[in-house]
Amino acid sequence: MAQRLAGATQRALGATLMKPTTRDWLRRNLFSNAFSSVTTLALLAAALWWLPGLIDWLLLQAVFRPDAAACEAVHHAGACWGVVAEKYRVILFGRYPYEQQWRPLLATVLLLSVILASGLRLLPRNALLAAWTLALPGFLLLMGGGWFGLGRVGSDQWGGLPLTLLLATLGMLLALPLALLVALGRLSGLPLLRGLCTLYVELVRGVPLISVLFLASFLFPIILPQGYSIDVLLRVQAGIVLFAAAYLSETIRGGLQGVPAGQHDAAAALGLGRWQALRWIILPQALRAVVPSMMNSAVSIFKDTSLVTVVSMYELTGALSLALAGDAEWRSFHLEGYLFIGLIYWIGCYSMSRFSRGLERADGIPRAAA
Amino acid sequence: MRTFQIAVLLLLFHLTPAHAGKTLDQVRQRAQLVCGVSTGVIGFSSADSQGRWNGFDVDVCRAIAAAVLNDADKIKYVPLNAQQRFTALQSGEVDLLSRNTTWTLTRDASLGLHFTAITYYDGQGFLVPKKLRITSAKQLKNAEICVQSGTTTEKNLGDWFKAQGIKVKPVVFEKFEASIKAFFSGRCQAYTTDASALAFIRSKEAPQPDDYVVLPELISKEPLGPVVRRGDDEWFAIVKWVVFALIEAEEYGITQANLEQMKASTDPAIQRLLGTAEDSGKLLGLERDWAARAIKAVGNYGEMFQRNVGSGSPLKLPRALNALWNKGGLLYAPPIR
Amino acid sequence: MLLAAALVAALWWLLDVTAANMAERGIRSGFDFLREPAGFAIGESLLPFDSTDSALWALAAGLANTLRVALPAILASTLLGTLIGLGRLSPNLLLRGLCAGYVETLRNVPLLLQLLAWYFVVTDLLPLASEALQVAPHVFLSKSGLAIPWLGGDAGVFDLPLRGEMNIVGGATLTPEFLALFLGLSLYTAAYVAETVRAGIQALPRGQSDAALALGLTRVQLFRLVLLPQALRSIIPPLTNQHLSLTKNASLAVAIGYPDLVSVANTTLNQTGRAAECIALIMAVYLILSLLTAWLSAWLERRSGRWAQRS
Repeated sequence: MAQRLAGATQRALGATLMKPTTRDWLRRNLFSNAFSSVTTLALLAAALWWLPGLIDWLLLQAVFRPDAAACEAVHHAGACWGVVAEKYRVILFGRYPYEQQWRPLLATVLLLSVILASGLRLLPRNALLAAWTLALPGFLLLMGGGWFGLGRVGSDQWGGLPLTLLLATLGMLLALPLALLVALGRLSGLPLLRGLCTLYVELVRGVPLISVLFLASFLFPIILPQGYSIDVLLRVQAGIVLFAAAYLSETIRGGLQGVPAGQHDAAAALGLGRWQALRWIILPQALRAVVPSMMNSAVSIFKDTSLVTVVSMYELTGALSLALAGDAEWRSFHLEGYLFIGLIYWIGCYSMSRFSRGLERADGIPRAAA
Repeated sequence: MRTFQIAVLLLLFHLTPAHAGKTLDQVRQRAQLVCGVSTGVIGFSSADSQGRWNGFDVDVCRAIAAAVLNDADKIKYVPLNAQQRFTALQSGEVDLLSRNTTWTLTRDASLGLHFTAITYYDGQGFLVPKKLRITSAKQLKNAEICVQSGTTTEKNLGDWFKAQGIKVKPVVFEKFEASIKAFFSGRCQAYTTDASALAFIRSKEAPQPDDYVVLPELISKEPLGPVVRRGDDEWFAIVKWVVFALIEAEEYGITQANLEQMKASTDPAIQRLLGTAEDSGKLLGLERDWAARAIKAVGNYGEMFQRNVGSGSPLKLPRALNALWNKGGLLYAPPIR
Repeated sequence: MLLAAALVAALWWLLDVTAANMAERGIRSGFDFLREPAGFAIGESLLPFDSTDSALWALAAGLANTLRVALPAILASTLLGTLIGLGRLSPNLLLRGLCAGYVETLRNVPLLLQLLAWYFVVTDLLPLASEALQVAPHVFLSKSGLAIPWLGGDAGVFDLPLRGEMNIVGGATLTPEFLALFLGLSLYTAAYVAETVRAGIQALPRGQSDAALALGLTRVQLFRLVLLPQALRSIIPPLTNQHLSLTKNASLAVAIGYPDLVSVANTTLNQTGRAAECIALIMAVYLILSLLTAWLSAWLERRSGRWAQRS
């Protein structure tokens, strides 16, 4: 209470002392010098020139009804949001059987709420762990079926948003432990282990993700012994995990190397073994320091899942072309579709990066050098 | 630590190939046929909103499952794109590839595969907008031609125009949807693929089917048929002869509907086919009534064609080359005896 | 060097295992197919290419196409990104907000989606090739791309584009695929470059700016003479990383029909069925590009260090 009072007094005091008038504010932020004034005027002019047309297209002239004829009639003078109204089920769920689409919906909600609960720290740690261990099998159970009277739906029919979420979430969750092992391997004293880990990281970071996906999708079956086969979704997921782990391990290695040498010495002086020191002293500090960079990797993984459309999987991006390219009536309204799923990706990525910046501020974590 | 390093090495070099079991035994053991199909070509293999597969290529799978397992529904369909298809078969991920795949020497001789029999005679053609007033592919000089990657199409295009001394620019897309979208947005002056697909693309994908024409030339031979792995002659024979049986059935007028009456036929050829006299199944490692089961599941070749791609389907393709040999077509099955 | 040797050894080993597997299954393997005629045509190529040329030459043409889009895009993204990065540090609120908005929008949407959208915009908004827009004498803009006069040709020094029966003939054409890929890669990477530049400058002690301004330097002089030379040292390594990602991202060309290395290798894979070899080739080429870039980056870092000391 006392604190709040003090804060309020301070603010009031500051206001009377500074008395920032609108004029001052404008001068400081928009017209500080000749160049700044010209920029402001130019940008305002550009806004006046462009904005009305944009608003016209986005809203005023736009068609919101799922009516292709009405969309055709406005001749692209206004957006055709009707395309989203007409096709949202295919865009969001891909080829999943139509009557069963409550299952991917429920699965998506389940996974999203656990992710949100973790991000917003709504649950204590143990409950969170339990929620994750229930949510992932729950997700797969809902999607795949075959139990509790749910019909089986093969993974080749999964698609849309749930597939994107699954690939990104599992990609991140499985890549983390692997990345940690690889990072420790690169710092280990065994030359062979260190060499192998370095090799893996450099190899993967040197090639584009698409070639890794090709490898997983086209080539992996040949490398496996005959008679063994792995579902293509699993192979692609493995490809994403292996790819993401290489980048993550570099982040973690940076964190491990950033822990001052004194910490190792101090742990040793306390009589802790190597592994004990790692588990209780080094890792907590190292991981804490790199959480924001890891969030950046999570954003990348989320965006990168869009590439699996190139190997014929119908996640969000693939599902959009499935929905629109094959339908002559709606084909010319792709741009609206791209904007729609672009917004979905943007919301995901932007909230993740906001979350990471929030962590940086809250924990006073120094910005990790990129 | 040294042991650890050796263990890592051993683990790495452990990945040596295992030997293949007999496909027929594997299929029987798991009571399921694993069939590689396309990711979606209407009429040949496509999944409906329920995930049920149907089409001409799918019916070939069903006929084989019926002959081997006596149940045309015991099939797992694995949708494969153009690049995945051969490795999926080579690696044993699928027992059979029934996915509009063209029989060529390179594929037959160097990929560790065997093409079994031809189920559909196709050829590559062109679709062009009517307003360009083109009547022959030879007029496509300097044209940009949209094409989907992963088919024999690109090579035919190169060969044929090279032979004609005409320069064209292919615009190659990874996915069917993208290639179609580009063509109908006007990016290319022509679209090329197998003629069977062109008919469908014109009628179903074009904004106004009448604004587009299919050019008369077919620039290549595209014999399509099911493919199996090398090194399993027994399975190779089964797939081949099930296809022949369907063709024979049409020749002898055996249909899904009259199958039971035909079993009483006194014609020795029909008796052999349906297993009422000689046991032809024994030679293939199948039951006596293998052919009858296949016909019961999908009908004879003609019925299969009519239902999926012919007059009974949206594609309305003519029989043309795919008529029986005695009706002006190329279908000719070796005798079943 | 040791690393490079190890990489090659690892690739060789992987190929060896796969080859053994394939031999067992009666699949032909090896790189002999590279000498055979490719058999397919390539839509646009920097190198002269014909369907009777070898598959190896086709892949070389693909690599040339990758570099043809990557190098200009690297240049464009660096310029644009630097401007936007500086814009984010501007005292002008509007400019700062605009640049921040640019970065936050472009960075948070997958590149593939942006490429598809650009490609759609380019092919959908422009007129048909038969009704091409004439922007300037002998410069045509249509769904077939931007046709411009170019050196060479039969007639004389310049090869001029002309209206043909159904398409523009002659000159050089920047296809819609190229334009979309170039635009998409440049704009997307510019957002990352902007962040790199901003971080590099913000990491400098504030005293530097204050001192320079106190000395009477203008803001432009401040950036050019004081901040950029110092920031360059910390900017160059992440910047070359961005350039490398751009080159790797150019492989998304396969989705919009631009014949880059991956796209050509993919076609070769389909024609020959040599999946292992083609994918190994793609990876090997990109690995070599990465190693070259790493080496270039180290060299630049040394140079910029010297430059910073001099100025």
